[in-house]
Amino acid sequence: MKYIDEFQNPDLAGRLLDEIRATVTRPWALMEVCGGQTHSIIRHGIDQLLPPEIELIHGPGCPVCVTPLEMIDKALEIASRPGVIFCSFGDMLRVPGTGRDLFQVRGQGGDVRVVYSPLDALRIAEQNPDREVVFFGIGFETTAPPNAMTVHQARKRNIRNFSLLVSHVRVPPAIDAIMRSPECRVQGFLAAGHVCSVMGTAEYPELARRHQVPIVVTGFEPLDILEGVRRTVLQLERGERTVENAYQRAVTAEGNPAAQAMLSDVFEVADRAWRGIGVIPDSGWRLSARYRDHDAEHRFSVEGIDTREPAECRSGEVLQGLLKPNECEAFGTTCTPRSPLGATMVSSEGACAAYYLYRRLDAGTPGQRPPASARTASGTPSPVTASLEGSPLA
Amino acid sequence: MLAWTCPTPLRDRPRIVMGHGGGGALSAELIEGVFAPAYGGPALAHTTDAAEIRIGGARLAFSTDSFVVRPLFFPGGSIGDLAVNGTVNDLAMSGARASHLSCGFILEEGVETDVVARVAQALGAAARVAGVQVVTGDTKVVEAGHGDGIYINTSGVGLIPDGVDLRPQRVVPGDVVIVSGPIGMHGVAIMSVREGLEFGVEITSDCAPLGGLVEAMLAVTRDLHVLRDPTRGGLAASLNEIAAASGTGVVIQERAVPVPEAVGNACAVLGLDPMYVANEGKLVAFVPREHADAVLAAMRAHPLGAGAAVIGEAVETHPGMVVARTGLGGTRVVDMPLGEQLPRIC
Repeated sequence: MKYIDEFQNPDLAGRLLDEIRATVTRPWALMEVCGGQTHSIIRHGIDQLLPPEIELIHGPGCPVCVTPLEMIDKALEIASRPGVIFCSFGDMLRVPGTGRDLFQVRGQGGDVRVVYSPLDALRIAEQNPDREVVFFGIGFETTAPPNAMTVHQARKRNIRNFSLLVSHVRVPPAIDAIMRSPECRVQGFLAAGHVCSVMGTAEYPELARRHQVPIVVTGFEPLDILEGVRRTVLQLERGERTVENAYQRAVTAEGNPAAQAMLSDVFEVADRAWRGIGVIPDSGWRLSARYRDHDAEHRFSVEGIDTREPAECRSGEVLQGLLKPNECEAFGTTCTPRSPLGATMVSSEGACAAYYLYRRLDAGTPGQRPPASARTASGTPSPVTASLEGSPLA
Repeated sequence: MLAWTCPTPLRDRPRIVMGHGGGGALSAELIEGVFAPAYGGPALAHTTDAAEIRIGGARLAFSTDSFVVRPLFFPGGSIGDLAVNGTVNDLAMSGARASHLSCGFILEEGVETDVVARVAQALGAAARVAGVQVVTGDTKVVEAGHGDGIYINTSGVGLIPDGVDLRPQRVVPGDVVIVSGPIGMHGVAIMSVREGLEFGVEITSDCAPLGGLVEAMLAVTRDLHVLRDPTRGGLAASLNEIAAASGTGVVIQERAVPVPEAVGNACAVLGLDPMYVANEGKLVAFVPREHADAVLAAMRAHPLGAGAAVIGEAVETHPGMVVARTGLGGTRVVDMPLGEQLPRIC
């Protein structure tokens, strides 16, 4: 793909890795904030290629992971009600609530539909005026503007049978909360490029100054991530602690003013609970009073639902880099990717799930190096090879 | 890697969910937990696409498949084409050239007769191309609202040639893994029409009968170890099934896996992995290393194998596990998909 293949070029990646190796003189712990970056790091095996001094801590930036159990249960309750068409992006359907998920609600007769855009849900509402259509609006600054636009359109076109179940969260307060933890180990951040493409970079210099950490706005392709790591390490080694934009093809300092205006119109900043972390002040959005009649929580009276995470889940500590996944007693026993207890094992982008997979590989392949975030002092043996060298097919 | 969908499903489900038909871990759990114990008998111990049965002196491959695709017509084919090629290909993976098919239609009240006729014509044409005869059938009609227009079940038989023994248990470390061409086309074609998504260029299904290609491969050597057609669950599911059943590990070179640009683009947009997307006209073969060159050449000489490529090998390490070596030189686990792949939020 034009502009994608170029950013996966192995030769250029090798050069960046060489530069990183030449730059680093001591251990550094960096957090990639966004689940999309975690996905890319694991998908391409980037963490195994970095020098052992660099530890990547997987941040709380997977929108599915951080949606609180309480909100999933509200979704399940609403989707179960007669007359409701519950619309969601696909990957929310499998997230376990308390004892069931949206797939099971559908199996029990609920009308649960996968859509690719909130506007699809609005169209369904138009086509079904006698039904209540609800869209599950989750995610960060990236998914919030189109959801805001959809509510705005519903109001403008007087589509009263559409409502939004909102669980939107914001990145900068999460970074602040992580850095305020007295046990925080993060020394530099790869900020989420797509979030900054909407919001710009204005919120970050104060964070960098207050917590004395470099923050490098980073993209999602392998070369983007390696460049983000290179710049962050370079800053750390030089004693600099500033905000840099390493994703200039998508991010400007001011971001997307139209999207920001839509957010301001439809949403208001609110405290939000993050799965695995807890409530972070001013870390999310809810529908503003003007749009309250499109708020599904209000419309379906599910404000009272209160659920509790399994007590043995320590994903909050994992998300902050305070605990190695395998140091959790539930890891690999009562908590696996197939039966997850919490956020970081729910998601394939979560640190626990990633570590679980690498430990599995490690078990089958003596000497396989686990991810940096889970590395022990046991050394760095050679990776698996699949070379066809010696084969007539090489 | 898990199938790259954020969440993982609950287990011990009291009701059937779509994932039980997705060809992944949930499907396997349904077979192992419900069907196999209920049916009993040793034949189901093999989780291959076709059973091998002996009648008189003949070795027959016997397979059945049901088709519930929406829409009924899609770029590159129709439910009629799938109904033939799906079963023909299941038989071909046993080395058998399909000879006879049954065909059961379940029609929904209200579907246009013309649509049924078009599907039947497509089915007949596909059967002629595949060289298989439709010799028996059945028709049922369900009330409006209780079906998706047309469901089809086909069952088929074919003779397995002497000396052919295709089973995952025959895989040994050193076997070369070959895929017959570009992956992911059928799944993306269906998704594009089903969801109204456009990816710049039309992606057509690769729906095709593989009996001829398999014959060309067996003409080189009857000592192929295992063949699979990576339909639901894609290449990842097939490789995982083979790794698990053979007890060997599988390593693939990610950059060697042929992915059409349009499929790669569509998957990038939707957050899907082409390794998990369905194919309907591809096979993956585990071939003894000494025959790999000749088999690959024979495949490339066949129209349905022109894009064949070596993608990896069976290994002694990490038994039962599929590992991809990434373009950058890292590694990742390619896990069994759990259910159906779902588009990611962001």
